[in-house]
Amino acid sequence: MNMHSLILRTAGNFLLPLLLLFSVFLLLRGHDEPGGGFIAGLVAAGAIVLYVFSMDIASARSLLRVDPRDLLGAGMVIAVLSGAPAAFLGQPYFTAQWWEFGLPGGGELKLSTVLIFDIGVYLVVVGAVLTIILNLAEAED
Amino acid sequence: MSAYMNALVALPVILPLLAGALSLAFWRSTAAQKLLGVFGTLALLVVSVHLLFETWEHDHLVMHMGSWHAPFGIVLVSDMLSAIMVVLTGIIGLATAVYSLSDIGTRHERFGYYPLFHLLLAGVNGAFLTGDIFNLYVWFEVMLVASFALLILGGERAQMEGAIKYVTLNLVSSMLFLTAIGLLYGLTGTLNMADIAVRLAEVEDTGLVTVIAMLFMVSFGIKAAAFPFFFWLPASYHTPKVAVSALFAGMLTKVGVYALYRVFTLIFNQDVDYTHEILLWVAMLTMLTGVLGAAAQFEFRRILSFHIISQIGYMILGLALFTPLAIVGGVFYIMHHIIVKANLFLISGLTYQLKGSHELKELGGLYRSHPMLAVLFMVPALSLAGLPPLSGFFAKFIIIRAGIEVEAWLAVAVALVVGLLTLYSMVKIWNEVFWKAQPAGFGQTATPARSLFWMWPPIVGLALMTVMIGLYGQPIFEMAELSAEQLLDTSRYIEAVLGADYVESLQEMRR
Repeated sequence: MNMHSLILRTAGNFLLPLLLLFSVFLLLRGHDEPGGGFIAGLVAAGAIVLYVFSMDIASARSLLRVDPRDLLGAGMVIAVLSGAPAAFLGQPYFTAQWWEFGLPGGGELKLSTVLIFDIGVYLVVVGAVLTIILNLAEAED
Repeated sequence: MSAYMNALVALPVILPLLAGALSLAFWRSTAAQKLLGVFGTLALLVVSVHLLFETWEHDHLVMHMGSWHAPFGIVLVSDMLSAIMVVLTGIIGLATAVYSLSDIGTRHERFGYYPLFHLLLAGVNGAFLTGDIFNLYVWFEVMLVASFALLILGGERAQMEGAIKYVTLNLVSSMLFLTAIGLLYGLTGTLNMADIAVRLAEVEDTGLVTVIAMLFMVSFGIKAAAFPFFFWLPASYHTPKVAVSALFAGMLTKVGVYALYRVFTLIFNQDVDYTHEILLWVAMLTMLTGVLGAAAQFEFRRILSFHIISQIGYMILGLALFTPLAIVGGVFYIMHHIIVKANLFLISGLTYQLKGSHELKELGGLYRSHPMLAVLFMVPALSLAGLPPLSGFFAKFIIIRAGIEVEAWLAVAVALVVGLLTLYSMVKIWNEVFWKAQPAGFGQTATPARSLFWMWPPIVGLALMTVMIGLYGQPIFEMAELSAEQLLDTSRYIEAVLGADYVESLQEMRR
């Protein structure tokens, strides 16, 4: 799987953090503008896959620290449970809950169950894509 | 408690999704997954029974998901038919989850049997509860993705062959379904089923409406394994693990039947003479081909698979006759059939574990060695054939009586003959598997890897239910009666979903 390319390896070292940051940006931007958990998850998974190509599978796994299947399971649980707060407030399941905080400096931070759902989706996508690709890559070796 | 009540309509979908997600999270521990399997489905059963009683009391329960109101958002609607189907999913889910403890080996568990199992239940329940036609499509896909994976779990050659036929035909069905939804949306501008029903009454191009109705009929006909689209079923249902077969045999085709019932009572009720006449022929041919196909088979699970098809015919017959009594009969038949058929598959799995074969010619002597199992087989087998006082007798009785009332003599004759031939098939299995002596050279136990203990409680439980439905059928009949009443009086469903004000304003606009 390793391509032994110096250019790819050097570029990959710079691209990995950039792509991961970009995926977080996409995730947070997602509610009103293009973006969201799904596409952000794909970008993050793409970043890791690039790392697999430029380095090797073992170091990609150690970079991840957790098994992708754990991400998949945790993401599913988060996504399903993100609808639950509404039920405790007497509203139909999945009704969005918003919390607004004032930020020092006059800004405003809006958090919501929608974001929690998106984080769940993000983890599911990262987990699913990496489970498939890492398994395929290992099968090839 | 109030949070629980608020979410009640959604819980039959949420619970299996959550159980599936947790089983994924605990992918390292098969013990935890087993516990989640049993207790997740137990919770599902309890909740769905509660939902049934609440629905019985309040006529319709509606939840506008995410507070996006119908007709724009997605609604979950529980009427009697939906609630009954959800309860049956709970029963079969629990039975197969317990059975899986003995049936599913470690290898299958490692490849994600339990998460897929829960996902399948979530998809089935979602399809039963949704009030949105596109959402119905989505739940169909959820269910199919899970079923594809369950079907090939284990990766044996026969499984792959069956799965290819299963996948191909079901994808064709999904495509037709999606096309029909597109046309319907173009015609009415809405996806909410209640809203479609209201707006379709204003559409002048009735020819196109009939075309769409036929697309739906073909699409759901494939899912329900109705004539002439049934051949994927006997090609695939005998290949996976028995617990999976039983779950499929109980629930999956019935989702297709449910969709037919929903769509051809609520939405396409304009040209009943045309559409339901076709359904009548489909029903008769489905019954006949299924039962004749079974007569030619000599493999335990293949015989049972063909009998699913012939029984689907009875259910469609109930819809096709389209009288209140016929619909009652159809709903009653679905309830009876799901329990009986799943049980027969579970029994076939136990005989396989005891004798190491599914082939009738290699089986035998089980009456001598396991008389208890023989009795347990007789209950669902005779019920399937329609002998009193078991559940199948009343199911067939109601439908045939409905047929006599509208003087559909041919359909009545076919239903009676098919009943007899079903008895023939069941007696064939009885003779070969239980009564005749064990053929020499076969019957060595496949030395089961684990204890068979957990296979017994589901079989006994389902057999008891079959007897109880027969002996104390009154409440079951009343439920079926109420569901038929609701299905035929569509205004109740429409008002429950859209609200009386909305319906009134629509009618004013029309004037």
